[in-house]
Amino acid sequence: MTGYSINWKPLLYILLTLYAVVTIIPFLWALSASFKPLSEIVSGQANFLPRNFTFDNYKQIFLQEPLFLRWLFNSIVIAVFVTILNLIFNSMAGYALARLRFSGKRFWFFLILAVLAVPAQVTLIPTFLILKAFGWLNSYQGMIVPSMVNATFIFMMRQFFVNFPKELEEAAALDGLTAFGTFWRIVLPLAKPALAAQAVFVFMGSWNNFLLPVVILFDPEMFTLPLGLNTFKGQYISYWNYIMAASMVFTLPTLAIYAFFNRYFIQSVTFTGGKG
Amino acid sequence: MIQHGGFVVFEVRRRRQTKKNITEDLAGYLFMTPTILVMGTFVVLPILYAVYLSLHKVKLLGGIEYDFIGFRNFTRLVDDERVWIALWNTVQYVIIVVPTQTILALILAVTLNSGIRGRNWWRILYFLPTVTSSAVLALIFMWIYNTDGLLNDFLTFLGLPTYNWLGDPQVALKGIMLMNIWSTAPFYMVIYLAALQDIPQTLYEAAELDGANNWQKFIYVTVPLLKPVTFFVIAMGIIGTFQLFDQSYIFSRGTGGPNNSTLTVVLLIYQAVFRNLQIGYASAIAFLLAFLIITISLIQRRFLGSDKPYS
Repeated sequence: MTGYSINWKPLLYILLTLYAVVTIIPFLWALSASFKPLSEIVSGQANFLPRNFTFDNYKQIFLQEPLFLRWLFNSIVIAVFVTILNLIFNSMAGYALARLRFSGKRFWFFLILAVLAVPAQVTLIPTFLILKAFGWLNSYQGMIVPSMVNATFIFMMRQFFVNFPKELEEAAALDGLTAFGTFWRIVLPLAKPALAAQAVFVFMGSWNNFLLPVVILFDPEMFTLPLGLNTFKGQYISYWNYIMAASMVFTLPTLAIYAFFNRYFIQSVTFTGGKG
Repeated sequence: MIQHGGFVVFEVRRRRQTKKNITEDLAGYLFMTPTILVMGTFVVLPILYAVYLSLHKVKLLGGIEYDFIGFRNFTRLVDDERVWIALWNTVQYVIIVVPTQTILALILAVTLNSGIRGRNWWRILYFLPTVTSSAVLALIFMWIYNTDGLLNDFLTFLGLPTYNWLGDPQVALKGIMLMNIWSTAPFYMVIYLAALQDIPQTLYEAAELDGANNWQKFIYVTVPLLKPVTFFVIAMGIIGTFQLFDQSYIFSRGTGGPNNSTLTVVLLIYQAVFRNLQIGYASAIAFLLAFLIITISLIQRRFLGSDKPYS
């Protein structure tokens, strides 16, 4: 029972392969359905390669649901603005909390830590009422403004800047740069790894967000993709061929981003994983 | 003279300091302004507003009217059968999903860390469900669980009886649990993997000298050293699972059915606002949820010890 005599390796590879199959099957199954006609889908045979390969489902969803492109556009606009604004504002706040000396700093820092503990559901209803009072329901700004700073990432950026070499800023100060000039020209360009990690998370969070849009968007023109997808499912209840094609259209951009930037995804998880 | 001179120098320095303080304050607040404005309007104000709402009966007809009713929204919680159902569903969900996904994440991470070839490729593949939208995953799984879906096809293939997975109140929530364990475990796996790489190899060598086998090394070296990470993973898991909403909403089309079996606390909050227009009552439920999450996080901190202290 020493464990040395047994060769565990093949067993480990079998386990890993099994789990890989479990991971990938739902995606492959959905992808294959998106290329099958409905008759083949309901035939009850589990063939992964479509027998009657067709692009009709993809054509149909764009024809049947003219708003589909609009939802895609809405999702992109919101996610891009939310990401850019988060990168700028969270880094500014994180930098101030790590490096600048100003009165009330401790208070703001503890306030941000406290905010981290409050579940979003508590603020959801009042946020809905406040946005209603602003006339921002069903609008881009209603989706963007409440999400343009994030306590988690302010905290992460602070931890990042605390360990930042001081000499660079001192040199910048000698060159006569203002605090903002130093931040914008010296500090921010050197914070790229932290910014990349943050960008990935914020973008995905916004792209996949369901709770806020379901509460504040009810004009179909303004829907984001997850919401549109859910409505679409409501209309085409058992047309799984259309639903899966629509799901794939929504998933492919994410997968493309993931394929290119997977290094940053993994980094960003470890960043938030208490290693900051 | 000397004393006087010293006094002057002191005065000048102090004046310079105040001037410097003002510019530093200005810079600090320049950097903090966006955060203060947004958090003030969309976090701090809403929390206070939520307290106010929870103490009132709110009428939303064109304008908005408030009738003060004290703690009646909170006392009503106790008598509301659906609150208890939602709580029980959510607690069941947390109790099953958090340990399962944590253990699965640990097993996957340790397996990937044991000198496997192509570790990065496995990791990229496993991480796929984590980057996919919950809306898409919910739709794919609904279809797999469907009466003539892949799961039943597979059971038929094995010669086993098929089942109406989504229609049976006993099973519907378990379907969501399974899906979420599958999609969240890889996220924590990546966190565990990073932590495993920080464990010094010398500790394992020392354990080997003491005659430890692989299992003993895992139990006596790996697990104790991963404790701070496990704390973090469980804490995040608890917070995440208590807030289950998207999947329940999509699976049940917002109803929490069949027979309230997928009704979660957050779905109940949503229904209270948008189906029954009980905004004050919904705020009271939200506070109940916040209270639960914070209490359980504190209990966890007590029993599992704390995360690494923040630097």
